[in-house]
Amino acid sequence: MSADPKGILCVADALCPATAELLGAGRALADSRGEPLALLLADGAEAEAAAALGADRLLLLEGPSLAGAPEDAWEAALKPVLEAESPRAVLLPGTVFGRSLAPRLAVALRAGLVSDALTLRFDPEGRLLAERSICSGNAVAEILVGRWPALATLRPMAFPRAVPGQKKAEILRRSAPAAVSKARVLSFVPEAAAEIELGGADKVVSGGRGLGGPEGFAPLRELAALLGAAVGASRTAVDAGWIPYRHQVGLTGRSIRPRLYVACGISGQIQHLAGMRSSEVIVGINQDPDCPMMKLATFSVQGDLVKLVPALSAEIRRLRGA
Amino acid sequence: MPLNLLVCVKGTVSSTSGALRPEGQPLSPSPLDEYAVEEALRLKERVPGSKTAALSLGTPASEEPLRSVLSLGVESAVLLCDEAFAGGDPVSSAYLLSLAVRKLSAAAPVQLVLCGKKTNDGESGQVGPALAAWLGWPSACAVRKVVEVSETSLTVERALEGGVETLALSFPAVLTLTKEINEPRLPSLKGKMAARKAQIPRWGASDLGADAALYGKSAATSVVKTAPVPPRAGGVSIPGNTPEEKARALAEKLKEMKLL
Amino acid sequence: MDYGLTETQQEIVSLARQIAVKKVKPVREHYDKTEEFPWPVVEEFRKADLFGLYLPEQYGGLGGGCFELSLAFEEISKACGGIAMPLGTSSLGSLPILLFGSAEQRERFLPDLASGKKLGAFNITEPEAGSDATATKATALKDGDHYVLNGIKNFCSTGKEADVYVVFASTNPARGPRGISAFVVEKGAPGFSFGKKEEKMGIRANPTYELVFKDCRVPAANLLYKEGYGLFVAQGTFDMSRPGIGAQALGIAQGALDETLAYVRVRKQFGQAISSFQAIGHMLADCATQIEAGRALLYATARAMDAAMKPAIELALKERLPVYDAMRKLKTRRWTKESAMVKVFCSDTAMKVTTDCVQMCGGIGYMRDFPVEKFMRDAKVTQIYEGANQIQRNEISMMMIKEAASQGGEG
Repeated sequence: MSADPKGILCVADALCPATAELLGAGRALADSRGEPLALLLADGAEAEAAAALGADRLLLLEGPSLAGAPEDAWEAALKPVLEAESPRAVLLPGTVFGRSLAPRLAVALRAGLVSDALTLRFDPEGRLLAERSICSGNAVAEILVGRWPALATLRPMAFPRAVPGQKKAEILRRSAPAAVSKARVLSFVPEAAAEIELGGADKVVSGGRGLGGPEGFAPLRELAALLGAAVGASRTAVDAGWIPYRHQVGLTGRSIRPRLYVACGISGQIQHLAGMRSSEVIVGINQDPDCPMMKLATFSVQGDLVKLVPALSAEIRRLRGA
Repeated sequence: MPLNLLVCVKGTVSSTSGALRPEGQPLSPSPLDEYAVEEALRLKERVPGSKTAALSLGTPASEEPLRSVLSLGVESAVLLCDEAFAGGDPVSSAYLLSLAVRKLSAAAPVQLVLCGKKTNDGESGQVGPALAAWLGWPSACAVRKVVEVSETSLTVERALEGGVETLALSFPAVLTLTKEINEPRLPSLKGKMAARKAQIPRWGASDLGADAALYGKSAATSVVKTAPVPPRAGGVSIPGNTPEEKARALAEKLKEMKLL
Repeated sequence: MDYGLTETQQEIVSLARQIAVKKVKPVREHYDKTEEFPWPVVEEFRKADLFGLYLPEQYGGLGGGCFELSLAFEEISKACGGIAMPLGTSSLGSLPILLFGSAEQRERFLPDLASGKKLGAFNITEPEAGSDATATKATALKDGDHYVLNGIKNFCSTGKEADVYVVFASTNPARGPRGISAFVVEKGAPGFSFGKKEEKMGIRANPTYELVFKDCRVPAANLLYKEGYGLFVAQGTFDMSRPGIGAQALGIAQGALDETLAYVRVRKQFGQAISSFQAIGHMLADCATQIEAGRALLYATARAMDAAMKPAIELALKERLPVYDAMRKLKTRRWTKESAMVKVFCSDTAMKVTTDCVQMCGGIGYMRDFPVEKFMRDAKVTQIYEGANQIQRNEISMMMIKEAASQGGEG
């Protein structure tokens, strides 16, 4: 436990939307106590762009490159830096990187950790209080982190993204000790860039059992392309081999909260709802008006999705053409 | 050289029950833990002579999920069970599990611990990597494939947000797995009968030599309150006699909300 | 209804249900369409130990009886009565060996059948010998320490895929029905081949083949029981196997009703769910009541029969006797009448229930996209095979008359 904690420190492995969310959440927390906000990145990242995202300080970690390094290497490199910085709270992204590293840091620092935070605030004593979803999205728990630093990973899309501004962070360099990792990254193969990543997607068009087969996704992809949406799927569709696992939304897939979620032919089993029920606007397209998804939906459209989905695409094209 | 493989299994209430409080409800292995069990059994088949064991932390009711793991072919199980363990958090649970791994390793060194990526109740996904950190072992989360396994290391593949990463870990190590990795088997009746008779030792705080400052009520985080998620406000049914009419009505709504 | 199942029986039901839901239901349409043999599902049955449910532990079985087999057969049939077939046909191949085989024959054949490493099958039918098995034309003439089989058997379920076949042929045509004998023939025996594959109305996931014997030499050690006892072997086997057909039929009926109930609750006509119409409600009620009545009869019969057979099987294992001899020693009663009652009642129920289910589902129910018509097609055979229901009724009434006569009643 740190005796005199101060400030909010965001840790990121790359400059991406999740990093902007870290700084959005971090800024609100820092302002609530009038404490500084810092962003820690591995050296070699886009420092100039990162410095414009509203942090007061940008810490660049020098030393053996950590970009793409395994989590035990990050843990070893960050531990002394965090001990020296003594922040009140450390925020990490809800990505595989953040979810893997945060628990290791929590152990290394004997700190407390909240995963997948939906909201963050400090209590009057400056301890972190976070809300998170539990029990397949049926309940929200409020967690108190009783020690400093308080660690949290953020649920993707739960916090406003910081936008680049005029203010530039002070850039500081911190040297990291050479760490020997017992893991070694052999390769990284980027996915097709054309595909919008599900976790950070603003809009998602998702399909389930009602599509009837892999070919049922074709009109959904067309609608998704028009909307600038990612393509999601229910477990049934994934298990049937109609679409790869990385598209699966739900308890055993991804938990997402886009602004718009269009569920086509998904009845809405509890495990699926767990992964998307906090989406801002839900559109349900289904034959069965009484299924859970149609009951949950902001807008429910009853009917044959084979006709409805292309009709919606045509209508959007018409509106844009006009 | 054969491997000693250990699976961490949490007994939880089925998600479909919708229950927020597990008291009195039957427990089963958390869904993703079933994939970890299956992968352990497959690794055992890949490296002949290997052994599998299961480890759970929970109340006496967690014996049932351990029995169901045994019925699948895992050879032995240990339940970490002590009233003093109550009130902990995922990091403190990982601490207790790490002590059990050390204790088991003293008899026969454990090379690999497998966990589900997250449980269906707490959903924190912390236990696997935290366990690795307590042990000082390397870890890889969200693994979807074990590409290669040798006597001293293994190569795994996992999907990150932007692509697919392949990494090698030297033993001992901890993996957390996604459901993509395999399709869990069903038990056999003979397995079920044997599991019913199996002895499952229970280890408490003193068996583990646990430091009271690191578990139970001393955990760094605590749940202040739990509340059911309020139901969403009632939705609107989109009217229309034809698909085109319905599509038009929906598109208008989405446009109003600046979603187009 | 709570039938007071033991822990093991509950586990059998629960595991069979998991297999039915996870492994059978998703593929039933495929196998019905393609008529392929569902090897991946059979492998699941094997891994779950379902093939050994009713066989003694000494041979690697689970030591249960006809009741345990019925529980599993019913659960799997709820998903697909066709894919469930190997459970039934392998028991038809194993039971004559268990009941009439010598200790050596039991040791030779039962372990692989109990583990599911080998599948069993049974074939008594011939083109000219259907309900009338006494008309068997296939011959098995002794030649040294072998029998030489010639002839054609047909309608063999799980034909070609099974490994161990119990078949019937005459060792002494002059003696007519008393010349028929039962043999165990293994796949690969020289002179044993498979003829025509039938195209069927239902249970299409299970192949029905013609078995062709052309100077097929079978070791004398493969004769079951004694020469001339073939029809005895068949009847004794049917006494124990027919409740299994009842279980399959009930599973088919229940599966159809479950699909139907789910559909009529969401299907709306005249502005309301059709389940709210009394015409549908009464049909649902009758279907459920008939199924439950059949189940009560099946379970009661299977349990009573298992309890009665247990001492005979134990004695046979202990003294290395054929079970049939042990039954005679202990004066164990025959179950011909009761097992025929189960088979008749459950299969007639299945036909009626599945027909009504198609009716309740209307146009959709008649379509191949929807599973209910398949249940109706699958149900039909349960009224026909292992003795047509008309033959079952003959047996029931014949036994009634015999019993009345033996009790000294007026003729």
